[in-house]
Amino acid sequence: MNVGEERTQVVVTDLKRTQIAMYAGASGDFNPLHTDEPFATRVAGNPTVMSHGMLVMGMVGQVLTDWFGTEHVRRYRARFQAPTWPGDTISVTARVEEIADVDGERRAEVSLKATSKNGAVLSGSATVVIP
Amino acid sequence: MSDFPIEPGHVQAFARALGAEPDGGVPLTFPIAYAHFDPDWPLVMRPGQPWHGSGAEPGVKKGGGGLHAEQEFEYFRPLRVGQTLTVHKRPGRTWTKEGRSGALDFTERHMDFHDAEGELVARSTTVTVVKR
Repeated sequence: MNVGEERTQVVVTDLKRTQIAMYAGASGDFNPLHTDEPFATRVAGNPTVMSHGMLVMGMVGQVLTDWFGTEHVRRYRARFQAPTWPGDTISVTARVEEIADVDGERRAEVSLKATSKNGAVLSGSATVVIP
Repeated sequence: MSDFPIEPGHVQAFARALGAEPDGGVPLTFPIAYAHFDPDWPLVMRPGQPWHGSGAEPGVKKGGGGLHAEQEFEYFRPLRVGQTLTVHKRPGRTWTKEGRSGALDFTERHMDFHDAEGELVARSTTVTVVKR
């Protein structure tokens, strides 16, 4: 593994409202902004229901686990930059920014950028142990 | 302080919601699902309590929590199906930033997840933001 190595992966294509409802049930976040169309449109003034930011973070995290394995991730941080909506396709680019020896482990700092058709939706970083 | 059992069916449902393989282990963001066991979690209907979502009417606005701006998880030990973690919540930093449309107040909250031996397994840090 070298600094500059990167992977790009589509983590969801045409995000479905059902997937958002599944995430609400599994996560316990039943904010009606995410699953309740009359509330989302007529009370909150949004075009439709919006995805949980944590659903996007969870999907982006799959890139880390696919690349490095869950047991090698030491830290994972995300900043939510824009809402994601039903119908969105989200692409993630993960890039090794730095490699260093820390506490007897070889660790990589990884940047994460997730985009939809509307632009950046999440930026993140992670610390992983290089297997 | 309360318990967070990592139940197989719950992990499977969470993984499926992410579009992940249900047998792929505990997803990285699974600690957020402690909400199901958090007696103070506000974003769930509870018996006998009002709910602000739609019914016959479209619902009502409910302020307070702010927007979820950032989230971090730190992992110190593997999260394993079948274990029960003990969760301690504590406040973190607060700070203000001047945005283009006014002041933004940020609040940090931590949750520490310990295993039965008292060892720290994971830490969650949530940052919310409220426009003043």
